Amino acid sequence: MAETIDIVKLGGVKEGERKKPRSKEKRLEIACQNPKERIHNYNEVALGYSPEEAVTESMRCLECPKPRCMVACPVHIDIPTFIGLISRGKFHEAAEDIRKYNALPAVCGRVCPQENLCEAACIINDTNAHNPIAIGRLERFSADYHLLHSEGERAAQNKPSTGYKVCVIGSGPSGLSCAADLAKMGHKVDLFEALHKPGGVMMYGIPEFRLPKAIVQKEVNYVRSLGVNIECNVVVGRTLPVKDVLEGYEAVYVASGAGYPNMMGIPGENLNGVYSANEFLTRVNLMQAWNEGTAGTPVRKPRRCVVVGAGFTAFDVVRIALRLGAEEARIVYRRSREEMPGRGEEIEHAEEEGAIITVLTNPVNYLGDENGFVRAAVVQKMELGEPDSSGRRRPIPVKGSEYEIPCDTVVVSIGQTPNVLIPSNMPGLATKWGSIIKANRETYMTTVPKVFAGGDAITGAATVILATRAGREAARSMDAYLRDPARAWYSPA
Amino acid sequence: MYPITSKRTLAKGVIEMTVQAPRVAAHHKPGQFVIVMNDEHGERIPLTIADSDAKKGEITLVFLEVGKTTIQLGEDFNAGDALFAVVGPLGTPTHVEKFGTVVVIGGGLGVAPIYPICKGLKEAGNRVVAVVGYRSKDLMFWHDRIASVSDEVLVTTDDGSFGMKGFVTDGLEKLRDGGLKMDRIIAIGPPVMMRAVSEKTKDWGVSTWVSLNTIMIDGTGMCGGCRVHIGGETKFVCVDGPDFDAHKVDWGEMFARMKGYAKEERMAIEADHKCKLALEALRR
Repeated sequence: MAETIDIVKLGGVKEGERKKPRSKEKRLEIACQNPKERIHNYNEVALGYSPEEAVTESMRCLECPKPRCMVACPVHIDIPTFIGLISRGKFHEAAEDIRKYNALPAVCGRVCPQENLCEAACIINDTNAHNPIAIGRLERFSADYHLLHSEGERAAQNKPSTGYKVCVIGSGPSGLSCAADLAKMGHKVDLFEALHKPGGVMMYGIPEFRLPKAIVQKEVNYVRSLGVNIECNVVVGRTLPVKDVLEGYEAVYVASGAGYPNMMGIPGENLNGVYSANEFLTRVNLMQAWNEGTAGTPVRKPRRCVVVGAGFTAFDVVRIALRLGAEEARIVYRRSREEMPGRGEEIEHAEEEGAIITVLTNPVNYLGDENGFVRAAVVQKMELGEPDSSGRRRPIPVKGSEYEIPCDTVVVSIGQTPNVLIPSNMPGLATKWGSIIKANRETYMTTVPKVFAGGDAITGAATVILATRAGREAARSMDAYLRDPARAWYSPA
Repeated sequence: MYPITSKRTLAKGVIEMTVQAPRVAAHHKPGQFVIVMNDEHGERIPLTIADSDAKKGEITLVFLEVGKTTIQLGEDFNAGDALFAVVGPLGTPTHVEKFGTVVVIGGGLGVAPIYPICKGLKEAGNRVVAVVGYRSKDLMFWHDRIASVSDEVLVTTDDGSFGMKGFVTDGLEKLRDGGLKMDRIIAIGPPVMMRAVSEKTKDWGVSTWVSLNTIMIDGTGMCGGCRVHIGGETKFVCVDGPDFDAHKVDWGEMFARMKGYAKEERMAIEADHKCKLALEALRR
């Protein structure tokens, strides 16, 4: 698609002129779909900047010589440079520059918790409180602009082929990032995905209204365009034995994520209508159950839905429940609002959409009807005691405070742990708590020679950006290993 | 894509299909299953692998046209077409070793998945006695194939139109009355049949194993939709099973969970049916 960018008209900096940053101005808010409308659709809630808005916001950036934002960014994107390129109307170049550091800018621009990372570090906070540069929105803008106008294919050539064959297991953010970097370094990369679509948690977990699946697939296409061979429907440990992987490749990166749902183990948890967050999200996101016209996979439409937990996932679930037509969708959380791990913006969006948040409350069992379908959650009130090992105050049950919350759907959203399939099929692979793979946090090497691991598989469920960082750092370490496997500096985990 | 190389109807509503899936065929062990998707928007459904040929890179699936997806698979897919996804082999393989005498029971559609199990047990040096049961003679299939990998086969039909009249449990009882010493029993078939076998053998002191076919999505331990209590502990059928000690299965819960989507399934089949009628009307 041909396009012309008139940077003067957009309010940016002309070629050869100096930028006069307007850092005293307020940060430009992003347009969002109206809550009353958006609970009837699955379209994106945050609408993204127009070119004019992006340039306006970019003009607030000081382009600091010692950027704190860059230090705070887990993958150290050269933030002042890409924002400077936006100010000068070079939108494609901005996206390409980000891609040097992050293979998934359109994803990270949307789902990264920037308010705790780059934007928290922005120097403008010091003089113009609560008005850091909207770095995430600008990242999203340039990435989207590039994908819209270019098919999102690579600009730079890979390094000459090294002749090494490497294998990446799992096509989530960590696997894709690692595969992209390894391919750029000149290695031949095979990437295996267990599900029928690549993208991992970005496909099955994060909902359409926060991260459109078409965007994810474009990012995947970018990784493919680097020469990465992605094969779906391959469950390593089953479809492809671990032994074959170890024999067939010179290095292996395990990025199998944290896809095993935690349940509470309380009575009634196996009643119909009680879901793990993974099942509920997979039905709706990956299998597109929201799209009744075409999808073959059903999801029960909740009327009264109880969501247990208050992390990212719980808020995604409660917002989906509202979109499926729930009359009442309630978060039940055992601690208080202050301890909720969910992101500020998500909590705000969920409440705007009508989600109810019941804190200091925890389910003790579920009651079913005569057909085995859940009809109520029995919950008890909690109070906060002394801080526990996580530093958060420990919730303590209040005796005799039990009561029933009538519901026809319960979604248990209390976290995920890594799948045991690979650890249990790879002799010598050390794990902790049964399924979390032990890997050196600098080299990402595991206790099995030539096997590296990163992302949620070594940390338990975390964020897209941390998984991305692990993928990039592991790629660098694997590259060094391939070139000099006898070197001793990478002590295993 | 996974090309379909052959398709034939074994009995009313029972379809046998061979599909090219080389990686699956190469690593398949008795008792394992695949997840199949007809097309990009289809459901992911679990089907037990009834046979495999590593050389040809083919697996054999036998299914009953019973739900929206299996009806579509049976009606709209033929040799020469391709399936969008075939993932596997999934699940923990059936435990095969030399037990002595093993009675392997297959009821209805369950006759197909016992084929690789009988074969594996026989190869491991067991005396394999198969009991295969059908509703009536016209629904029979594969009993000859089972015979080729067993030492003895007893066929039962509910209506007595072939073999022994009665259920597989009656056949099992007959074997016991005849003095057969059983070291292990494996039963695959409709849940009611598996529960009946389990109840019968509970007091016999014979280790009895069943293969559960619950609702699942990914088949790799991700969704937990297949969970069921086994001996008081929640297990995932897709990774911990599908084979479980029959005497430890919470059958009541298992039955209730099987019906979790009955309403949605019925609506989907009706909607499909209406679509087809409308299309036919249009064509006319």
